[in-house]
Amino acid sequence: MSVQLTNRAKQVDRKPMTFLESIYLWNIMKGMAITISHLFRKKATINYPEQTRSVSKVWRGLHVLNRDAEGRENCTACGLCAVACPAEAITMEAAERLPGEEHLYREEKYAAKYEINMLRCIFCGLCEEACPKDAIYLSQTIAPSNYARKGFIYKKGDLLIPHPVNEPEAYQKALGEKADNNKIKKEPTIPETA
Amino acid sequence: MHLLVIDWWLILEKSLLIFGIIGLSFFIAMYTTYAERKVAAWLQDRRGPNRAGPFGIFQPLADGGKLFFKEEIIPLASNKPLFILGPALAMITALLTSTVIPWATPFITKGGDVIAMQVADVDMGILLVFSIVSVGVYGIMIGGWASNNKFSLMAAIRGASQMVSYELPMGLALIAVLFMTGSLKMSEIVGNQIENGWHIIYQPLGFIIFFVCALAECNRTPFDLPEAENELNFGYHQEYSSMKLGFYLFAEYINMFISSAVMATLYFGGYDIPFVNEASWGLNSFWMTVISFSVLMAKISFFLFVFLWIRWTIPRFRYDQLMNLGWKKLIPLALLNMIITAAVILLLKK
Repeated sequence: MSVQLTNRAKQVDRKPMTFLESIYLWNIMKGMAITISHLFRKKATINYPEQTRSVSKVWRGLHVLNRDAEGRENCTACGLCAVACPAEAITMEAAERLPGEEHLYREEKYAAKYEINMLRCIFCGLCEEACPKDAIYLSQTIAPSNYARKGFIYKKGDLLIPHPVNEPEAYQKALGEKADNNKIKKEPTIPETA
Repeated sequence: MHLLVIDWWLILEKSLLIFGIIGLSFFIAMYTTYAERKVAAWLQDRRGPNRAGPFGIFQPLADGGKLFFKEEIIPLASNKPLFILGPALAMITALLTSTVIPWATPFITKGGDVIAMQVADVDMGILLVFSIVSVGVYGIMIGGWASNNKFSLMAAIRGASQMVSYELPMGLALIAVLFMTGSLKMSEIVGNQIENGWHIIYQPLGFIIFFVCALAECNRTPFDLPEAENELNFGYHQEYSSMKLGFYLFAEYINMFISSAVMATLYFGGYDIPFVNEASWGLNSFWMTVISFSVLMAKISFFLFVFLWIRWTIPRFRYDQLMNLGWKKLIPLALLNMIITAAVILLLKK
């Protein structure tokens, strides 16, 4: 006598098949009834580029380099995001702001070159957490596919958010649900009573 | 003085019919590949190809174009003439079987000439189909042998033994039909069904046996042992590439189309329209031909769908299961069916 652990165990039927069973016809018909019922079910897949599934508010997608309300770049090329990045996907080169460039860069140092390799990136969002200037955040866009590896290295031009004054509509669109996103982050994630 | 009078109209009419049927076979085979992918997707809760054209209807053209432009490789160790002959033979035999099938009611011209919608109404009709189908296995065997590859050879052996085993019950099931019609002519088999009702009513068991054997003859799942992907790497067409592979795959779909047409003709009344007396409609013969042809195509489409449906439902049989089913189950059943049919006909005639 074996010990019965659950009541789900089923005795295997090892009787030899009867003639009707051995021509498989009835069982095949049962199988076909199951498959035909799937013909009328709702499809599990969607037409991807035209339709997209909705994502959660804290979902992390493609990076965006932020500007302030006057359209000046926030990034100071401090390199904290590159240090924080576990996949080592971020590289940058710093440059000094020259007189007359105050409308372009918020502080006296800026990123002359800023690249993220999307093939290395794991979309963990640690760069966003590391940034002291609120200069980088992860948007709700999926990184699009590309034919060449070169296309996956996103330059500063690909990452910068549209100018809020010159292109307000594009800026609002790029901002997406970022405002709500920040609200969520300000709330404590762990209850303080614990 | 004419020594030899050639009926040019007959030649024109028959060649038009031949090219029409070959074109139709290719067209149906093309769209069966599309239907295969669509049905597979639907039965698995997916959508299937939908990018090439509306609903993906240009997908088979894209697939065909791809096959044409792929590099063609003939292995050095292969037997070159046989390697080329294999797919050609498979395609030729697949196309030849369509000759004796009556596609529609005869078309009567204004001059009173009767144009039969059948390439050749030969006396041995259905036997011709059987003999051509049994030559069809040479396409697989020659291809598998010429590839000089152990997997291809194994597949060819399996294919040959499977064809031989399943032709027997198929023939026995057919004999019961021939008892009822008393003729091998396809046109008379259809005519008999129009008069006395479809053979499926009298021969349900015979039809099931015939259908199972037709699956085996077309190398369709669950009898697709010659091209078992997971044990034989692709079977007899493993070494083939480009359009030679395309010919093998295409021949399989044409075989499916023709065997559906044969089943519709033998058991489901051919081009007969069910439940109505179409003679009382008083339509002219052109429309009768068109309607009866579409009825036959509808029956064929149904069988093609069942072929696909079965493929995406059941897994492949093991080799011993295949042989057991053929020799120990189907042949006795077919024999029993034949004897009962013969006895009943004998009793009724008394």
